[in-house]
Amino acid sequence: MKYLGLIWCNMWRKRIRTTLTILSVLVAFLLFGLLTGFKNAFQVGDSLETAERLITVHKVSLINMLPVSYTERIKRIPGIAEATHATWFGGYYQEPRNQFGQFPVDPPSYLAMYPELKVPEQQLARFMANQTGALVGRAIADQFNISVGDRLPLFSTIWPKQDGDRNWEFQVEGILDDNSPNPITNFLLFHYEYFDEARGMGRGTVGWFIEKGDGSRSNTDLAADIDLEFANSPAETKTTNEAAFAEEYAKQFGDIGLIVTAILGAVFFTILLVSGNSMSQSVRERIPELAVLKTLGFSSGSVLAMVLAEGVLIALIGGLLGLGLSVAALGQASKALAALLPLGMGLSPGALILAVTYMILLGLVSGALPAVQAMRLTIIEALGRR
Amino acid sequence: MTESLVQVREVSKHFQKGKETVEVLHNLSLDIPAGDFMALMGPSGSGKTTLLNLLGGLDKPTTGGVSVSGRAIDQLSGNELAAWRAHHVGFVFQFYNLLPVLTAARNVELPLLLTDLSAAQRKQHVATALSVVGLADRAGHYPRELSGGQEQRVAIARAIVSDPTLLLCDEPTGDLDRETATEILTLLQALNRDHGKTIVMVTHDPQAAEYARRTLHLDKGTLLEAQAA
Repeated sequence: MKYLGLIWCNMWRKRIRTTLTILSVLVAFLLFGLLTGFKNAFQVGDSLETAERLITVHKVSLINMLPVSYTERIKRIPGIAEATHATWFGGYYQEPRNQFGQFPVDPPSYLAMYPELKVPEQQLARFMANQTGALVGRAIADQFNISVGDRLPLFSTIWPKQDGDRNWEFQVEGILDDNSPNPITNFLLFHYEYFDEARGMGRGTVGWFIEKGDGSRSNTDLAADIDLEFANSPAETKTTNEAAFAEEYAKQFGDIGLIVTAILGAVFFTILLVSGNSMSQSVRERIPELAVLKTLGFSSGSVLAMVLAEGVLIALIGGLLGLGLSVAALGQASKALAALLPLGMGLSPGALILAVTYMILLGLVSGALPAVQAMRLTIIEALGRR
Repeated sequence: MTESLVQVREVSKHFQKGKETVEVLHNLSLDIPAGDFMALMGPSGSGKTTLLNLLGGLDKPTTGGVSVSGRAIDQLSGNELAAWRAHHVGFVFQFYNLLPVLTAARNVELPLLLTDLSAAQRKQHVATALSVVGLADRAGHYPRELSGGQEQRVAIARAIVSDPTLLLCDEPTGDLDRETATEILTLLQALNRDHGKTIVMVTHDPQAAEYARRTLHLDKGTLLEAQAA
């Protein structure tokens, strides 16, 4: 710690250069934060074995529909406790940018599958009694100022009614809350029965199934049995956990993980060159001063450590500022895109630790060559350069 | 002056310049008693600075040995030499070699960073060293805000702050005008006389050498006669 003052003063030897280097690192970690947050918006953490629920989709693609009759066949598989289904409605409210998740579901089994979803009893009773009723998630209700009793028109980009009209109207009968630690209420539920009767195509089909085991068998076995049940049928299935399902959903937009990794790889490589060049220049300029330090008794190792520490300090300052900005920006973006990205865009503690690790690595790698150069200085030659 | 603090025994130093081997010091032996103030004179290329570097453990002899306070410094490893320099030698250079990004006080504090002293103790030592060189009121100034003479005084304060056994000065007045040079030489003389510092000073300047207790002349890597000032 007593060398910190010396390292700090050396770091600011050329203020403009150091500021620019810090800014370049800042931009890199701002991007890291934003892209990682965006990637996280499509990821749910559970593995197949620890997942509470399984999801079954069409083996070919998420957009291919499955027969609703599969529900009963799934329920009959040993070890399955509950099964329900949902379908992507793909509608928007008032204007195209107001898109959020709307799902026609079988309300009793769906709400039983997601006990964390809570609706006041009276509202739930009215919803159950009204075939055109809808339950609106709290976040959507707040965002669009929707209240119980409102008429809610939605324009479906996928499902026309039998008369070809894509305008659907619902009566808001209740507001949904989510009691889980990471609540998601950016969606709307309505009756599958009404949807199926009214739609002009694809009747008797659903988007995906959701299952819960009774604990007697592993998720892996259950998933295998479900898919086996529908093997060699016109609509084969693929069963996995919610995380994989979310990733599948994300792939509709492209391979987010690959895109993020490619962009970050390019950014970090560029920043490595920029900061490495900056550090090399900085060390070259003060070779005689480093020789003076060695003359005074600083060991080659401590000179090496000081130059490396300088690189790490620059990376940490820029990186933490960038990461801080990205966290703030993600918070705002999450609110703005709440309807589209219901999982929210945030940085997990793991991502933060990874970012700090990258900062330290960036500092160490960019400082490595100049640090070794500084360590190997022979005092007499270096003093002679003045 | 009492027993020998520095002993140089049959030291030769060769440098390789391309295919040619240049002998800078030739079989040189020398004793420097504790409390001595010795001027080392000679023409350019005579080996003065090379000898000073050997005394300060900045370089090692090709043959022969150098010991300070009974310790054979030519046998020490790089890290051991660094630690030894930190505790036993103070260097004063012709061009001061202060770190421009540090204030006078922070420059003087540098050798103390290698000790176990607390921040408060370091501050106290720095204040004392700056007082000795008459620059207590310039502690917060950066080198660019000081005159050449003041910079050299800061460099001397840095050299003495850790109370080293030996003070090695390489042309300490070479970059200063006569009046300032006199101030610096008087200061070195006072450090030798009043604080008992053993000083070896390389100089081209006969007037500077007069401030030393004795002067040695080097020529072509060999010591000539010794004369008292």
